[in-house]
This record gives sequence, structure tokens and C-alpha cells, in this order.
Amino acid sequence: MVKSFSRKSWATLAIFVLLALVPPIAHAFDNSFLITMFNRALIYAVAAVGLDLIIGFGGMVSFGHAAFFGIGAYTAGILGTHAFDGSEFIFGWTGSNDALVVWPLAMLVAAFFGVIIGLISLRTSGVYFIMITLAFAQLFYFFFVSLSQYGGEDGLSLWDRNAIPGLDLYDRDTFYYLCFAILLAVWFFLSRLVASRFGRVIIGCKQNERRMRALGYDPLLYKLAAFCISAAIGGLAGALIANHSEFVSPGLLHWSRSGELMVIVILGGMGTLVGPIYGALALFLMEEGLVSFTEHWQVILGPILILVVVFFRGGIVGFLSGNGRAAGKSGGDHG
Amino acid sequence: MLVKGKKAALLGAAAMVMGTCVASFAAQAAEPVKIGMITTLSTGAGYLGDDMRKGFELAISEHDGKLGGSDIDLIVEDDGLKPESARQIATRMIESEHVDLMTGIIFSNVAMAVVPKVVRDGMIYISTNAGPSVLAGAKCDANYFNAAYQNDNIHEAMGQYVQDQGFKKVYLLAPNYPAGKDALSGFKRFYKGEIADEVYTKLGQTDYAAEIASLRAAKPDAVFFFYPGGMGINFIKQYAQAGLKDEIPLFGPAFSADEHLVDAVGEAAVGMKNTSHWSPDMDNAASKKFVAGYVAKYGAKPSLYSVQGYDAANLIGSAIAAVGGDMSKKDDFRAALKKADFASVRGNFKFGNNNHPIQDFYVREVVADPDGGFTNKLVGKVFSDHVDAYASECKM
Amino acid sequence: MLLFLEQLLNGLQFGVTLLLMASGLTLIFGIMNLINLAHGSLFMVGAYVGATAIAHGSGFFLGLLTGIAAAAITGMVMEFVIMRRLYRRDHLDQVLATFGLILFFNEMVSILWGRQPIAMDTPGFLSGTVELIPGAPYPAFRLAVIATGILVTGLLYFLVMKTRIGMWIRAGASNREMIGALGVNISLLYTVLFGFGAALAGLAGVMAAPFSAVQSGMGENILILTFVVIVIGGIGSIRGAVAGALLIGLTDTLGRVYIPDLMRLWLPPSVADGAGASLASMLIYILMAVVLAFRPRGLFQTHG
Repeated sequence: MVKSFSRKSWATLAIFVLLALVPPIAHAFDNSFLITMFNRALIYAVAAVGLDLIIGFGGMVSFGHAAFFGIGAYTAGILGTHAFDGSEFIFGWTGSNDALVVWPLAMLVAAFFGVIIGLISLRTSGVYFIMITLAFAQLFYFFFVSLSQYGGEDGLSLWDRNAIPGLDLYDRDTFYYLCFAILLAVWFFLSRLVASRFGRVIIGCKQNERRMRALGYDPLLYKLAAFCISAAIGGLAGALIANHSEFVSPGLLHWSRSGELMVIVILGGMGTLVGPIYGALALFLMEEGLVSFTEHWQVILGPILILVVVFFRGGIVGFLSGNGRAAGKSGGDHG
Repeated sequence: MLVKGKKAALLGAAAMVMGTCVASFAAQAAEPVKIGMITTLSTGAGYLGDDMRKGFELAISEHDGKLGGSDIDLIVEDDGLKPESARQIATRMIESEHVDLMTGIIFSNVAMAVVPKVVRDGMIYISTNAGPSVLAGAKCDANYFNAAYQNDNIHEAMGQYVQDQGFKKVYLLAPNYPAGKDALSGFKRFYKGEIADEVYTKLGQTDYAAEIASLRAAKPDAVFFFYPGGMGINFIKQYAQAGLKDEIPLFGPAFSADEHLVDAVGEAAVGMKNTSHWSPDMDNAASKKFVAGYVAKYGAKPSLYSVQGYDAANLIGSAIAAVGGDMSKKDDFRAALKKADFASVRGNFKFGNNNHPIQDFYVREVVADPDGGFTNKLVGKVFSDHVDAYASECKM
Repeated sequence: MLLFLEQLLNGLQFGVTLLLMASGLTLIFGIMNLINLAHGSLFMVGAYVGATAIAHGSGFFLGLLTGIAAAAITGMVMEFVIMRRLYRRDHLDQVLATFGLILFFNEMVSILWGRQPIAMDTPGFLSGTVELIPGAPYPAFRLAVIATGILVTGLLYFLVMKTRIGMWIRAGASNREMIGALGVNISLLYTVLFGFGAALAGLAGVMAAPFSAVQSGMGENILILTFVVIVIGGIGSIRGAVAGALLIGLTDTLGRVYIPDLMRLWLPPSVADGAGASLASMLIYILMAVVLAFRPRGLFQTHG
């Protein structure tokens, strides 16, 4: 047990060191695109680590997490648009381009919808939960598709990246390390969270809700809180991706995107928090590698995913730390 | 262990990308011109990008792998119709492939994600299909050239044609997304009669039974619809199955009647009138040579997307020749592009103040092709030297 | 009024297509406790193979059978190679593995058939219209689809409720171990059942092909709607699938037609059309959220 724990710590340390070294390595090879690519993986990792909280620890299999990702991105996009052309957004406010305003707001808006979606979805369980979260994501997807004043299906360009006083976010390295710091902070916060009493209650609810109720906890309240935290982190990742690609579109909320986030969590190893970071890197490296190999790369990616699910139960981190996921029922069947 | 492997993979990835951008110390003139083409090759709309690419490559192969006397290094990537991926690919092409110019995007939503940014950063971009209004008007740019059309044009032509034909009550349908709204507003810019109804449907909808029933009940004397790709196939088929084909004539843009689409629809499309800037039976030397060359090389019929790829390649060739293959002369290159000094398959072709085409528009009719399948034949001209509606908003 | 009747018929026809998809999916879920996202891919396989056979001159009925057979075989192979390893896994693993299958099938289809949509014409004897409702000639093919759907559902109901196989299936759904104890070869039963669900999806695919574009990714739209149907109905329940399919078919169709009209009562037409279309596209998901908010296990609860 101790041994495997230490191996997992090594895996954690290794990935963070590797990520910290990306810009210097890229500069050594005079290839700044590597930074751009890894930066995208970092941002997806932020969203996936947040998703791991509810899937891996809370057993709430959300198939609609892209909704929060998209809501956060659109918050940044819409506020940025108004800030750029000085038009009124609401109550005479002309939006904002200030990261310290926009990003917390993206988290708040995502958390707000997290409460609403969570309240309804958490009444259900198992496959109904999977499907109702998907339905909510579709709802938001079609909402943004038809939001014509903000580009609708065409999406919305972010004309300027958000600003933080004293930092140049257009500088590739600066933006990369900022996202890296955010990923570290999110990972650290969630690691503390799952180790706390709150985390134990969440894990307890996944295993046996009745017992937690007998112990005097209200499972719904705890699960809702976890769902909201996860949504807020998704919103933050959305605001980051909007800045990274300087563009927002309904495609961010497409159901295949929700699937992609789940893939990242499982591929890396769910219920580990560090797994999704591995998962994001693995998925994007695979995509990049396969694309250069054939334009029909999905024909290879699909079977790879199946093989991972069937044979590598603990994902990459489970493989590294030498313990696969316990057999039998884990996620998806709470209640 | 695996971490080591990962690092190796990372270095490998770096080396792989590096391999394509080794600095060459060859003489200036011998250096190939690098063209980055981002287009849609997957999804149901993948054939649009595929046709465009084929047209572009045909032009290169007609000049033995050269354009304007310089070797061409064409880098093609699929955007999967995802704006975000396209943005990513564009960054890669600029940062690690160091392309000299970019082209190829089919869809306006993808174009809006890529074009404003790359042209603002100084990259020259030549559009081979998408022509969103904002890039023709307020946000036009000296680095942005459109070799296809402005999005509204083809619909405007149909509005004019339906008006000229004396139809009084037209029923309009389009998907509920920006291009759909632009299509109908383009049509209404030139059609002045009564609108029976204006219906927006869900993007990607497959079954139009309900809309067709409402349409029949409204008793219009003509229908104008904008359903590109798969949506168009479904709509036209179902319209014919409802027995309306011979009762209320269908009118649409060429996007709903391209050579592949009518083949996929089959008999149901015959007789449908559509507007375009080109027709396979155009009577000019460039077009005849192009059609023959395309059929010979690919064993398939060219579509308007193929035309746009072919014309864009020849346009680029004319500008490369003007600067003698020296792509560092950006201003001269832009000036040469603006002259549009090439033999367009479309016949008349020049650029307006906003770097968008001033060209003619025609009406075509879907007919059975004697060589099998279905094709379009020219019916008549609607506009000569048509300028888009946004040119006056462009401050160039 | 006549128009309203015609729209009801349209809703019914859409519902029936959904029902063919949903009955297979709900059976597979109810009995094997398996979420199969690749069910839409079977729909696509049916459409592609059927359309290809007909294009090569097989005639409509042979083409239909070929499409159904192709989907059934694909389904059985899928079950044999992958699904049976997932029965005892949690839903998350199932979602992921079948998501991988979707990627595989969509890309495989574009490798085999190319990127362009392919054509399939309505069979000659059904290409006309029938004037069921005065002044509204209705496509004969759509009527045939409705009839087929009702017939197949009836057959399915009979099969599940009145035959020995159906008894095994019902028993297996409620108690897997017991059915094994009865000496029934459970893994064979599952493979056959999976093939049967796939055949229904293939049938839906071939029947949808004449009025839709046969192209890569065509299965996903209908897949998500199918899931909405079975979740509203209550997973594992055939009756639930029928109720859900009709509810979704009618809600979607009538919503598309009448919401924009309703919006025009309050809003200017230019706004109403777009807003109405938007609301109509969200309607079924709103419906699903409302149903599950009040009945977390669907209308006809079977499990739990």
C-alpha cells in the first residue's frame, strides 16, 4: 500500500516536472508550437481534473460536462466582445477584459448553472443521471447555436486576450506557465478536498448512501456541492480555452466534447486527480501523432480507447502505480 | 520507465515537427513557396474540401508541380469542421511550418475563427469558399482576399431571378444559424414580392415532413431554400416524395445542387433551378480545359468547390510570377493578387475595393447527365459584374 | 384542422422510427444492463449496406434484408468481441468503449464509402402519394414506415410476452443467475438478443435512407434522441419505449411547427422565427428534464 502510494506520488511529481520543462525544451528545438499544443492539453486537464472529482470520487458520471466548459468560455467571449467594442452588456456595464474579473465570473456563472442542473439531475441515478446531464448539455448547446447576437453557430472571436496587470498573456511562455500554475492550484485544492471530511463524505456517498444518511449527513447536499465545484472548475477551464484559442463556439458544448473529457479522465485513471493530466497529454499526443500518420486517424483512436477500457482498468496512473481499478461496480451507480 | 518513454515520445514529436522545418540555405529563387491549406475533409461535408483540394492540385499539376514558376509545397490539413481545431492547425502552420500564405477554409464559422487573427498578424489569406459578410465589410483587411464569393451573392442572384420570373408569393426555408439568416436576407435584398412564410429549422435536421406539410398548406407559388450538404439532400428528396416537385418549383443556391449532391439526391433533383457563378457547360476556353483536365485526372465531375480551388491556385500563381517567387516582397505580392491577372474558369473576374470578387452570376438547371448521373446546365445570366452589398462598409 | 392531422401523422412517423431504435436499445439495456452508444452506428451500417445493395440492383426488399442482416451481423460481432467483456463493468466503461466504437465506425464508413453522402431512392411502388387526408397527399413510403413500425412493435410485444424466448428474456432481466440455472445458454442468448436489437436498428436505418442523406455520422443524431426516448419511458420497458417514442416524435414535430407561430403573438416576426426555432430545438431536452425531475426513473419504471 505504502509502496503503491509512493509510486503514485512519483508519477505525480514526474508529470509536473515534465510539464514545467515543456517551454525550455520547445525553445531548445526552436519549435514554439509544442508550447501551444501542450498548453491546450493543460487547459483540458484542468477541466478533466475537476470532472474527476465527481466521476472518480463521487460516482456521478456526468456526460454533460462540456456544458460548463462552454458556459465559462462564453462568459469570457461575451464580456470580451462588449469590452472590445464598448457596447453595453447589461445594466450599463460594458463587459470586461480583466482576467481577475472575467475568470472568477466564469466560475460563478458555471457554478450557478451547476446548482440548477445538479438539483434536477441528482434526483436521478445510474444511467438516468448520465443521460440527463447529456440532455442538459444539449440544451445549452442548442441555446448557444441560436444565440445569434453572439455569433450563434459561427461562434465568437475574442479580439483581445484577457489582461492581468504586470503579465503579458500574449507571450506564449507566460500564458503557458499561468495555465500550469492554475492546473497546479486546482490539483492541490482538490487533493486537499478529497482528503478532508467533505471528501470522505463524498466517497462514502458513492459507496453507500444509506449509511451516510444514518451517520447524519445529507448526501444530496454534499453531492450538489461537489457537482458545483466541478462545474466551477469547468467554467474556469472554459475561460482559459477561450483565451488560448481566442475564439468561442458552440462546438465547445457538443456532446462529443463531453465524451472527450470523460475519455481523458478514464484514460489517465479516474479517482486519482493526477490521472486526468496524464489522460489529457496522452489523448492530445495520440491525436497529433495519428493525424500525421493518416487522415483517418479516428479509426485507430477508437480501438485504442476500447483496449484501454477493456485491459487497462486503472488507466495510465493505475498502470504506473501498479494497481488497476478494483473490479466490480465503481462509478455510475450511485443511489 | 514510462515517464522516460513519454519524454522520448515528446522529443520524438518535437523532432517530427522539426523535420519539416529545417532551414534551407538554397538560393532564394529555388526555394519552394509554402502554402498552408486548412479545409474540411471529414464529416458529411468532407467532400466539399476534397473537391476544392482537387481543383487546387489540378492547377499545380498542370504546371508540373509549380505555380508562377516556383515549386509549391502544399500542406493540407483537415479541420473536421471544428473552428477550434482549425485555429490550432493555423497556429501550427504559421509557427512551425512557416507557411508563406494560407487558403482552403470551406465553412464561415471555421473562417471566422481563423482568418481575422491570421490576417491581423500579417499572414496573407486567400479564401476558396467562405465569405462571411463581416470580412467583406467592416472588418475587411488588406491581407484577406476572397477568390470565391461573398456569402450573400449567390442568394441575391436567386432573389433577382425569382423576382424576374414574376413569382408573387415565395416560401423561405433555412437552417437556424448565421449563414442561414444571411442567405434569406440576401434573397430578400432582391426579391420584392410577398413572403408566404420564413422558416428556420434546426441545424442538421434530417426530417422535414412537418415543414413540408406547413409549406403545402401555405400555398406559395415558389419555394426558396438554403440547405447545404446532407440537409439539402434530405429536403429535396422529401419534397419530391410529398408530390410537390411538379406543383411548386424549388429554387436554391448552387450549394444545394452541387454535382455530388444532385447525384446523391437522384431523380428528385431534376429540374431544380439554382444560382451559381459557374456552370460545367460554360462556354469559355479556361472552363472547357478545366473540366476536361479534372475528369481526366480524377474520374469525377468538378463542382463549384473544385472551381474555386482551381481559380485560387491560378490566382496565387499569377502573383508568385509577378514577384519572381520572392515571397518576402509582401506589398508587391498583394498588389499582384489585387490585379487578378489570370484566366478564371468563370470568365469575368476582378477584385473590388474590399478584395472580394466582382463577377457574373448565372441560373442553372439540374438535368440528367448523358454520361450517367446528374449535372447542371446553364439557363441564363442574372447579374453582370455584381458587387457585394458590404463593399461600401469597407474602408480600403 | 386537416393540417394538424397531417402533422400528427408526421409526428407518428418520426416516433415510429425512434421506436425501432429504442426498442432494441431498451431491451439490451434492460436485460444486459449495458449502455451502447454505438447503437446509432448500427443504424448507419444498415442504411449504407441497404443503399449499396439497392444501388447494385438488388431490388428494394432484398436490399432491405441485406441492410438488416449486415446490421445484425455487425451487432453480433460487436457483442462477441467487445460487449461481453463489458457486462459486468460499470456504465462509465461502457460509455467509453462504445464511444470508441462510434469513432471507429464513422471513420470506417468514410474509408469504405468515401466522404460523400450516397443515394438511395424510394422503391418505385411506394414513390407515390396517398390522399388519406383530403387535399394533403401523403407520401406512400412514410405510410409504409408507420405500418412497418407498428407491425414490428406488435411482433416484438408478442415475442417478449408470449413466447418461451421472451420468457427467458424477461426472467434474465430480473434474475440472471436463475436463468443460467435453467440450463439456458446465456451468452448465446445475449449474442442473439444483441443481434436482434441491431437488426431493428438496421431496419430503421434502411427505412430512413430514402428520405435522408446516407453519410458518416448519421447515427449520432438519432442515437441521442433514442436515449432521450428510453430514458423518458423508463429503461428496459417496451411500453415505456412506445410511450417515449410517440411523446418525443409528436412533441418535436408539433413544437417545430407551432412554437414559431405562438412566438409571433408576442414578438416581431424576425425575432419570433429565430427564437421559435431555437426553443423548438431545445424542447425535447426540456421535456426530458421535466419528466425526470418528477419521475427520476422514467414514466414506466422497471428497474429499481
